[in-house]
Amino acid sequence: MRRLRLLFLAPAGIISLALLIAPLAIIGGYSVLTRGAYGGVERPWTWESYRLLLNPLYGEILFRSFWIAIVSTGLCLLLGFPLALFIAQSGPRKSLYLNLVMLPFWTSFLVRTYAWMFLLRDTGLINTALQSLGLIRQPLPLLYNDGAVILGLVYGYLPFTILPIYAALERLEPCLLEAAADLGAGPWSTVARIAIPLSAPGIWAGAVLVFIPTLGTYLTSDLLGGGKTVLIGNLVQNQFTTARDWPFGSAASIALMAIVLLLLMALRSRGTQDLL
Amino acid sequence: MDAILELCDISKDYPNQKALDRVSLAIPRGAFFSLLGPSGCGKTTTLRLVAGFEQPTSGEVRLNGSTINHLKPYQRNVSTVFQNYALFPHLSVQDNIEFGLRRRGGANIAARVGQMLDLLKLTGKERRRPSEISGGERQRVALARSLVLAPDVLLLDEPLSALDPDLRKQVRAELKSIQRRVGVTFLFVTHDQEEALSLSDQIAVMNRGQVEQIGMPEEIYLHPRTRFVASFLGRMNWIDGAGVRPEALRISREAAGNGLCCHPATVMGSVFLGNCVHVEARLASGETLVAEVPRLDARFATGEQVHICWRPSDEMRFPGEPP
Repeated sequence: MRRLRLLFLAPAGIISLALLIAPLAIIGGYSVLTRGAYGGVERPWTWESYRLLLNPLYGEILFRSFWIAIVSTGLCLLLGFPLALFIAQSGPRKSLYLNLVMLPFWTSFLVRTYAWMFLLRDTGLINTALQSLGLIRQPLPLLYNDGAVILGLVYGYLPFTILPIYAALERLEPCLLEAAADLGAGPWSTVARIAIPLSAPGIWAGAVLVFIPTLGTYLTSDLLGGGKTVLIGNLVQNQFTTARDWPFGSAASIALMAIVLLLLMALRSRGTQDLL
Repeated sequence: MDAILELCDISKDYPNQKALDRVSLAIPRGAFFSLLGPSGCGKTTTLRLVAGFEQPTSGEVRLNGSTINHLKPYQRNVSTVFQNYALFPHLSVQDNIEFGLRRRGGANIAARVGQMLDLLKLTGKERRRPSEISGGERQRVALARSLVLAPDVLLLDEPLSALDPDLRKQVRAELKSIQRRVGVTFLFVTHDQEEALSLSDQIAVMNRGQVEQIGMPEEIYLHPRTRFVASFLGRMNWIDGAGVRPEALRISREAAGNGLCCHPATVMGSVFLGNCVHVEARLASGETLVAEVPRLDARFATGEQVHICWRPSDEMRFPGEPP
């Protein structure tokens, strides 16, 4: 029995060892080495890359990344919760709506981000339409700014908030909502005092699922931010490509990971007391 | 009679089924009124219409003389005790009881909650979560949560069915005494005839979306107006289309004249119930009857030839109904 269990756990164990732990160890190792002349890393061992991170410039990038991730996560929750509530109360239409939520996953994220570029750019669909209607003369600056990046992130990660919140609301007994109404709570009050507290684990899961990838994003900020919006993800990407400073890129990734991990642990230990 | 709640000609249609068919009821102020019937008879639908969770297809719901059809559940001064209580799991006992008062606003919240905790013997449990108290206590929290709002009518949806049978009888007695003390009108839904008979001032017996009979417990038990009511409340023997209650039957070894209907029968067996004995006997015509006799009389052996007798006035006949 015990051996059988090990046998079944082995594939997942090997995969996470090979694809998660090992690369992390390598990144950790690189981060304390010296930059090679043509990329790559050389000895001697040094903390130089981490010292470099203390430069206020990088603090600013980190701050901007957090700000964009927080705004995106907030917007995802704000849009996702009502949608999840609506789907959870749609009876037999539930599965149709859930499939619609997941429909975008059928095409690549990259293609969908390019599609936003075609919509938002100066000669894009939105500006052309507004101009031909005579509503504006000059095209609106829709693309290559923080707003476009946040729009792209919210669009891309919205399903990750809807699904866990839906799962939590789905388990909520309908009679609890009826009881709230019965005791005199209007719709808003019922949502605020019953639906939200009782689906808090789903909301929490949705927030984490959006916050972590948006904090490390580089594709969306690159394409929709037009390189003007440098986030920590772009910084890391740059070090491994154009800048060829692998130790610094590794140090930045490790630092980001440490910050996220500490933050989640701090929030979690505070959050779970209310949830359970 | 002063009716606090009236249902006038209520029908409720679902896509595949008529849940209620022209139901009219008048619930007297301060009464303990029961809706009794088998599952699917429309009693819970009736309750939900009064609470405002469902809208009638046609007809009018009147509270204190004015129609409340258009009011949302949170605008109606009625409150529901749900079958599984529907206590808010994330709130303490105290917060559950305060919930409605805080939503509706009002003074003296602490005093009113304290009074309810006292009335329902929940003092000392204020800080507990619903998952940390017993089933009987949960039921009392559900009652307190609704009663603290001083509703015009308290709606109870089979509130005893989630309790252990032992506890059920005890809580039943408490429920009646609480109703007497607070004086609130109770509309009580149940499928348990014993509950309805022992608690109610009046009972409406429902079947297939219609009200079959309304009356006091004795009246309904002793003078059922339809065949359905007769067989749903208590046990009934059917002989040639007439119903006779088991306790109206007598068994003797000799045919006794003096105005009784007597039929020869064979004893098939008997069940000792403590205070009485149920004797099962088969008539020559093949019908099997159950007679409830005092235990001292019950010395009939299986296979023994006896006479089963009853007073013709104990027969219940329902002309115009198919047997």
